[in-house]
Amino acid sequence: MAKPKKRVKKDDMNIFKSPKIEQVRRAVSPLNYARNNSELAVDVSHNVILYVESLSVSFDGFKALDDLNLYINNGELRCLIGANGAGKTTLMDVITGKTHPDKGHIYFGQTIDLLGKTETEIAQLGIGRKFQKPTVFENQTVFSNLELAMRGDKGILHALFSKLRSEDLDWIKEVTGIIGLDSKENLLAGALSHGQKQWLEIGMLLIADPRLMLIDEPVAGMTASETERTAELLISLAGDRTVVVVEHDMDFVRSIARTVTVLHQGSVIAEGSMSDIQSNPAVVEVYLGEEQ
Amino acid sequence: MIKHYRDEGRAEYFFQKNGRAFLIILFGVVIYASCCNLFIPDDSIFYVSTYTITLLGKYLCFALLALSVDVVWGYCGILSLGHGAFFALGGYTMGMYLMRQIGERGVYGHPVLPDFMVFLNWKELPWFWYGFDSFGFAMLMTLVVPSVLAFVFGWLAFRSRVTGVYLSIITQALTYALMLAFFRNEMGFGGNNGLTDFKDILGFDLQSDRTRVVLFCLSAIALAIAYLLSQLILQSRYGRVVVAIRDAEARTRSIGFKTENYKVSLFVYSAALAAIAGALYVPQVGIINPGEFSPLNSIEIVVWVSVGGRATLYGAVVGAILVNYAKTKFTAEFPDEWLYALGLLFVGTTIFLPKGLMGFFDVKKWRNQRRG
Amino acid sequence: MTYVGRKSLRLITFTMICVLASLCSADEEFHINVKQLAGAKLRALPAIVAKFETSGERALPILRAMLEGALYYRKSDKRIVAAYRTETGDFRLDDLLEGIDLEVASKREIKKIVVNNRLRGQIRKIIARITLTSGDRFVRELAVDNMLNDLNKENLLLLRAARKKEKDDDILSKLNMAIAIDDLKHNESTQLRLDAIDIIDSSLQPIVVNTLNSLLVIDAEGMPIEKDEEVRERAMKAKESIELKISFYEVLQRIFYGLSLGSILLLIATGLAITFGVMGVINMAHGELIMLGAYTAYVVQLLLPNGIEYSILIAIPAAFAVSGLCGILIERYVIRYLRGRPLETLLATFGISLILQQTVRTIFSPLNRQVVSPTWLSGSLEINPVFALTYNRLYILAFAVLVLLCLQLVLKKTKLGLQVRAVSQNREMARAMGVRTERVDALTFGLGAGVAGVAGVALSQLTNVGPNLGQAYIVDSFMVVVFGGVGNLWGTMVGGFTLGVANKFLEPITGPVLANIFVLIFIILFIQKRPSGLFPQTGRAAE
Repeated sequence: MAKPKKRVKKDDMNIFKSPKIEQVRRAVSPLNYARNNSELAVDVSHNVILYVESLSVSFDGFKALDDLNLYINNGELRCLIGANGAGKTTLMDVITGKTHPDKGHIYFGQTIDLLGKTETEIAQLGIGRKFQKPTVFENQTVFSNLELAMRGDKGILHALFSKLRSEDLDWIKEVTGIIGLDSKENLLAGALSHGQKQWLEIGMLLIADPRLMLIDEPVAGMTASETERTAELLISLAGDRTVVVVEHDMDFVRSIARTVTVLHQGSVIAEGSMSDIQSNPAVVEVYLGEEQ
Repeated sequence: MIKHYRDEGRAEYFFQKNGRAFLIILFGVVIYASCCNLFIPDDSIFYVSTYTITLLGKYLCFALLALSVDVVWGYCGILSLGHGAFFALGGYTMGMYLMRQIGERGVYGHPVLPDFMVFLNWKELPWFWYGFDSFGFAMLMTLVVPSVLAFVFGWLAFRSRVTGVYLSIITQALTYALMLAFFRNEMGFGGNNGLTDFKDILGFDLQSDRTRVVLFCLSAIALAIAYLLSQLILQSRYGRVVVAIRDAEARTRSIGFKTENYKVSLFVYSAALAAIAGALYVPQVGIINPGEFSPLNSIEIVVWVSVGGRATLYGAVVGAILVNYAKTKFTAEFPDEWLYALGLLFVGTTIFLPKGLMGFFDVKKWRNQRRG
Repeated sequence: MTYVGRKSLRLITFTMICVLASLCSADEEFHINVKQLAGAKLRALPAIVAKFETSGERALPILRAMLEGALYYRKSDKRIVAAYRTETGDFRLDDLLEGIDLEVASKREIKKIVVNNRLRGQIRKIIARITLTSGDRFVRELAVDNMLNDLNKENLLLLRAARKKEKDDDILSKLNMAIAIDDLKHNESTQLRLDAIDIIDSSLQPIVVNTLNSLLVIDAEGMPIEKDEEVRERAMKAKESIELKISFYEVLQRIFYGLSLGSILLLIATGLAITFGVMGVINMAHGELIMLGAYTAYVVQLLLPNGIEYSILIAIPAAFAVSGLCGILIERYVIRYLRGRPLETLLATFGISLILQQTVRTIFSPLNRQVVSPTWLSGSLEINPVFALTYNRLYILAFAVLVLLCLQLVLKKTKLGLQVRAVSQNREMARAMGVRTERVDALTFGLGAGVAGVAGVALSQLTNVGPNLGQAYIVDSFMVVVFGGVGNLWGTMVGGFTLGVANKFLEPITGPVLANIFVLIFIILFIQKRPSGLFPQTGRAAE
């Protein structure tokens, strides 16, 4: 289990460079980890995993979301961009059940209505979220953090009497490897650096093996090399999973995005590839215009 | 790979080791004191008086009570300012049993009705006093009544996500309301005076040395079992979820745990521990009255835990014993100054010893290790 | 000056002298009469007492003391005194003629002027006659009110006589009512009795209801005692309409009591709304800051023994200063070090509350102290026999709203208020903008504490002042803040009044203890539905 320190460091830097990327892809493939969860039966027969239709949320008269429509295809990697207050985080709050909308619909696949479900139920349906501010359980070890986040029975009795199965242990070990924390699994999470906490949180998301991952500002506070690794990880995750990323860092978005959605004042003003977006006059006016 | 379980995190490693030492010391003292009371003649300098035994027994009940608060506060961040209510309810169920045992030996000599009911001119036993002549039933109620109260209260409070100081204030209001209710004669629990003048328990005279020693030992055993059980629970995955809830409840919810279920179950467990402490306390001190519900009592428990150091089970026990020993000494020497001392203890520990005495010593140990 | 003028002047002077002389002689005569009481035999007393009637109101204190059995004479100088037993067992003497207090005397030095029942009856009659013909309309009204409770034949004769002379409308209507009640009871003529019912059916006096009830009583055989069916029917109708009115006013009265309780809760909760709502600090010593305010009122009163009328006005700013200063010290030396750890703050401030309580107990003793209300705060505004607003509650109600408005002004219109709001919303940013956050914290906390002190002054007018004064209301006040929505002063106001009124409406049904418990349960259930209170802060910032 204990690897020589030097090698770990080298691994840290190069884990996503091929041919390693293939290895990671295999490691995170759901087939690798026994998932026997009927809850995961999401009907994606029309190739759309998330429907958001005419969604509106207002706080004290301020419209955070205004008649927003958004469709996410199964297996895609989608970036959401927009200025502060455009409604990105609010949208995630609504999808994960933290905020209740004034009107609108959200469907997970063809059949599952997300509105009216609690946060816990939504999480168990296979929608995972990484928060803007990294929150890990600081007083527990990296291992324990991952173990808690693992998919499975979250009931009291199970928690009291269960023992980890060996495949669970393997899976945890694999994830610690992917997020580059395999030498630190017995460290308290509070002792990790900011970037490592971000990674641990992504790991916690990953280990639950969700169908849809909502990732809020994954590279905030990361160094350039860490950002690069994150980009590679997110790309490798898409396909089997659907990934929605909210990010301010335009270089990062450029490096991972296939489809980009631009939000402005609570609704979608443009959608398309990065180059389309950049040449879209409306976007240039309200968003990119500010940057230049 | 099983290794993860054993040395997961330094804190918990110490916790186990200190725990073992704690149990050894506890039983050492208990056996020594019991033997010195029973087998050594009164005039020997080694003799431990029955008064001391009762005092120690009282401390052990308080230690168990502190443990119950530590379980919810230290590990789950639920600062209950109303645990005295569960303690007192446990005490009342025991008191009701002891009251029924008095039988015809009461002042009024009524075969069924306790004295205070005769005094109030009641003609028959209220329905909620039925069955308390049986020890088994009374003990069952000791567990059931506080647990049900804790369940209903916790279910309402935690489901609606009442947390932090709000919860503390509501728990305080709970015990305050119960105190007001129990002060009323119409409640049928002896009103102001509570229940007292007990004669015997399961046929053993409560005044005899031997009964006192047995009760003392039972308190120690209850404390040890509660300690080990709590340790087991808190070291399981359940315990880790509970700590996760304390540190980041929203996050715990977002990874799929129904946090309210965990909180309610832990709250009920803790209430049951407090009730057992109350049931053991009453036969030793010989009285239970509504004063036990007073909010000040509940908040004092929190001070014991905070002096000892929360989130370390032995810390709560040590804190309870130390503070109560200080209280006994203080109130005997300067009765008026005890409130000053208690107040300063509150302010002092929160500002200067945020992790309590145990945290203070742990830091030293940790530093030494680092140097070494 | 003309001759005529001089003559008329002389005439006037003469008349004046005559009047004065007669007054003097009347006074002298009264004094002589009183002196006769000392040592008089019981048989001689009625004759002496009868003479008092001519002396008018001057004789009232003596007659009343006699009626109470408190009239004595001092053996040494035969002085007539009213004597009241003090705590030590001696007697406090009061010279009723000159209106001065004499030194305390033991039981042996004085002798009681004994009265019997017959004499008491006579004295009552004399008092009634004197008061009914008094020049002061309040004395007359009081006399009529007293006689309403005891409508015997003699009283009615007096009342009927008084009706002929009475000019005042209010008193006249009461006189009419008394006579109508008598007619209703004793007159034979049905018409007269029906008219009597018409006269009394607009009154809410308890005696009216009793009289009507007595007409409707059914005897053991199920037959009505009153034989006249018409009278019975009319009485029934009148009774129903009166009872409806009474229950309406009782509801009003209860609302008033509820609002009064609410205003107290509001006063206490206003301070909490600042420390808890704006700063997020749970201050368990809030109740003790209130207590300090109340004790300040007590001390101010001790320092100004002759200024009871206005000492309370001085006490208000003084209490604000004392409690506010204390609050600033608490913030400066304790709370500052516990920022961001609300549970620890709660514990530390609880410790402070114990210390403050014990300090007060050591300085002022654990006994309750009384703060005397000035006259403009005592008494009540009586609207009718079932609905009266006591002035102290009325003033406190207005005062609570005033304090709330002032605070709202401070928070919304002043620079300090702006800084307070800035710090409460984003501490880092406020500091970056040059706000001295530590100073703002201390001042905010001081403001909340000062308001607590002011609340203490208000409470001192309602209850006795003791070391536990603050604790009685503190749990309820937290409920008010939680119920109204944290950080919203209007919510606090609505919350306070709602809980106060709810409590007072529950009380007659369930008793005070259960009312308290029900309100508590209600709030717990309410938080289920609206976790952030009636007027929540919304938006992402609220998380």
